[in-house]
Amino acid sequence: MSNARDRVIRNVRRSLNRSAPLSPTLRNALEARLRHPAPNLQPRIDEPLMERFLARLAAVNVKVTRLPDLDRVSETVERHMETHGLGTRLVAAPDPELAGIRWSNRLEVERRAAVGEDLVSVTGAFAGIAESGTLVLLSGPHSPTTLNFLPGDHLVVLATDRVLPAMEEVWARLRAREGGMPRTVNFISGPSRTADVEQTMQEGAHGPRRLHLLLIGGA
Amino acid sequence: MEALSRHFPVRSVAAMNNPDLQAAMGRAKGGFIGKRRRAVEGLPEFEALRVAGREIKEHTLSHLDYYLEHFEERVAASGGTVHWADSAQDACRIVVDLCRNAEARHVTKGKSMVGEEIGINEALEAAGIERMETDLGEYIIQLAGEPPSHIIAPAVHKTRQQVSELFHRHHGPLGYTEVQSEVAALVDEARQVLRDKFLDADVGITGANFLVAETGSVVLVTNEGNADLTNTLPRVHIVTAGIEKVVPTLEDASTLLRLLARSATGQEMSTYTTVSTGPRAGEDLDGPEEFHVVLVDNGRSQMLGNEFHPMLRCIRCGACMNHCPVYSSVGGHAYGWVYVGPMGSVLTPLMVGLEEAGHLPNACTLNGRCEEVCPVGIPLPGMLRSLRRRQFEDGLGSRRARLGLAAWSWLVRRPRLYRRLVALGVRALSLLGRGGRLRRLPLASGWTGARDLPAPSGRTFVSAWRDQARRSVR
Repeated sequence: MSNARDRVIRNVRRSLNRSAPLSPTLRNALEARLRHPAPNLQPRIDEPLMERFLARLAAVNVKVTRLPDLDRVSETVERHMETHGLGTRLVAAPDPELAGIRWSNRLEVERRAAVGEDLVSVTGAFAGIAESGTLVLLSGPHSPTTLNFLPGDHLVVLATDRVLPAMEEVWARLRAREGGMPRTVNFISGPSRTADVEQTMQEGAHGPRRLHLLLIGGA
Repeated sequence: MEALSRHFPVRSVAAMNNPDLQAAMGRAKGGFIGKRRRAVEGLPEFEALRVAGREIKEHTLSHLDYYLEHFEERVAASGGTVHWADSAQDACRIVVDLCRNAEARHVTKGKSMVGEEIGINEALEAAGIERMETDLGEYIIQLAGEPPSHIIAPAVHKTRQQVSELFHRHHGPLGYTEVQSEVAALVDEARQVLRDKFLDADVGITGANFLVAETGSVVLVTNEGNADLTNTLPRVHIVTAGIEKVVPTLEDASTLLRLLARSATGQEMSTYTTVSTGPRAGEDLDGPEEFHVVLVDNGRSQMLGNEFHPMLRCIRCGACMNHCPVYSSVGGHAYGWVYVGPMGSVLTPLMVGLEEAGHLPNACTLNGRCEEVCPVGIPLPGMLRSLRRRQFEDGLGSRRARLGLAAWSWLVRRPRLYRRLVALGVRALSLLGRGGRLRRLPLASGWTGARDLPAPSGRTFVSAWRDQARRSVR
C-alpha cells in the first residue's frame, strides 16, 4: 500500500511543480496555521444570542421548553411521552450532568447506549449554537452516540450558559478540553428529515421524528 | 461504474420524451433554485464567504501533499488507518479486502459520489457482499437498479408513484402488503425496512464531505441521519474520499459548511453535521472498533496545477446542475456517468476521457448560471470551452463539425473577406426571412429543426456601428 501512497504524493508534487521538499519557512508557516487555527470570516449576529438561538430552533422544528432548573425535567419528559403515546420507558445518557434529575417513579429509566427498540432518549449536550439553532453532542462513556439517532423521540437537556454564538467557539472549547477530540461531534439542527420523494420535506427519516430541547436556567 | 456518455444525444432525446422524468424534473427545478436564493439572501456575508471558501480550497490544493500527509498522521494518532488508492480499481480492492478481513456479510452505505465513481457497488457485489444503501434516494435507485441522477438528490428523477410501485414490489415479500402512496407513509416504510439493515451491518461505508488535516477527522453531512447510523453501529467504518476533500482546520471546514448547505438545499445547516475522529475510544459505549479512510486519487493529481485545477475546489453541492437549463431538461441519466450537469460535463471527460464524453462539454449554452451560483467560484463555462478546444486539438468530434470549425477559423482571420461575406449572408438571410423568422435553413437544421431563427435586419453590426459613429461625429 505504501507504493500507492508514494505514487499519489509524487504525482501531487509533480503537478504542483515542486520537486524539492517544502522550504523550512513555508513548512513552519503551514504548521503554525494548523497549530493555532484562526476563525475565518464569521457572519455577524445582531440580535441577542438567546433570541437568535430560539428563533433558529423554531425554524428547524425543535420544540423548546424552558425550565428554571433540573427539578421539572422529569415531569416535562413524562408529559412529552404522554402526549405522543410513548409509554413509560426511556433511555437516558449515563451522564453525571443529568444525575441531578429526580425521575418520577412512573417512568422506567435505563442508563445505557440505545438499541433498535428504544422509543425515547434523554441526553445532555456539550453546547448550543445560536447562529444556526444547532445542538452539539459529543460521544463518550457518558454520552453514547446511538441515543441521538435510534430512538424516535430525542429530548436534550441544555443549560442556557452553554449557548455559544457559532461553531468556531465549539472548536476552541474542544481544544481546551481534556482528552481532545471525541470519536464524534454531532451537530444536530432539527429532527431527521428527507426530501428524497418528490422534494417533499418529511421528518423522521432514519433518526428522531421529534427533537425536544429542555433549556435550563436563565428564563 | 461504466460510462455511457457517448450516448448522450440518444439518451437526452429519450429523456425529453419521457413524461415521468419531465414531471419529476419540472417539480424539482423551481424548488432547488428558490430555496437556495432565499438562503443566500438571508446571509449578507454570503459573497464574502464564497471568497473565503475559495481561498481555503486554493491554499489547501497548493499544499496538498503537506495536508494529506498531516491528515494521515493524525488519523493514525487517533487509532485509524489511511489507505491510498491511485486508481478506482485499487480503491475497490482496498475496500473489498477490508470487508473480507472483517468477515462482512452485510454492508450499509451512506451516499457517496466517490463510491459511485470508483464502482464500489459492483465490486462488493462481485465479492458476494450484500450492500444496502441507506440514504433514501440511494435506496430508491438501488431498488430500481439505476445509477443516481443528481449528486445530492439521487432519485430526483422518480415520481412518487414510481417510488410507491418500487416499494410495493420489493417490500411486499417482507410483509408490507399495503400500497403506500403518501410521502409520509413511504418514508416510514423505508425507515422500518432499513432499521434492521442498520442493526445487522458488519461494515458501514460512507463518503466524506471534508477531511480535516488538523485532527484527522472526517466531516459527514446528511439530513436523514443515515450516515451516523452507518458510522456508529457496524464494527468497522470505512470512508472513501477524494484527495481534494482535505482542508486544514476545523475552522476552515466551518466556513465551507456555511456555503455547502445553503448552496445545496437552501438550509443554513444540514440537519446532521458529524465530525468523526478515529474508532471508538477506550470507554465509549458505542462506535466502530475500526476506522479506515481510503484516499482516492483516480486522476485528481493530474488536474492540479493546470487549467482544470479549479475543478478540485468543488464541494459537490449540486447548485450548478440545479441552475443548468440543459440538466433540467434532460436529467442526470443522459450524462451517462456519476457526475452530471455542468460539474459532470467537466469531470467526466477528465476522468473517463474526451473520446467517451466529448458530447458533454458541447451540451452547454454557455449561459454562465453555473459559475454564478458556484459557492467556490469554479469557472465552469470557461473549462467547458477549454475542453471543446482540447477536443478540436486532439482531432475528436465529427468530421463535419471539424471542417466547419476549420473553415470558420480560416475565415475569421481574414477580416476584410469575413465582413464582405457576412454582409452578403446577412442580406440573403433577411430576404429569405421576410416574415421576420426563418423556418428552415440549409446546413443548420440542428437549429431550425426545433425552433425558428429570427431573421437578421439586413445589415451587419459592424456597418451599423460605423454609420452610428459617423452620425455622432457630425
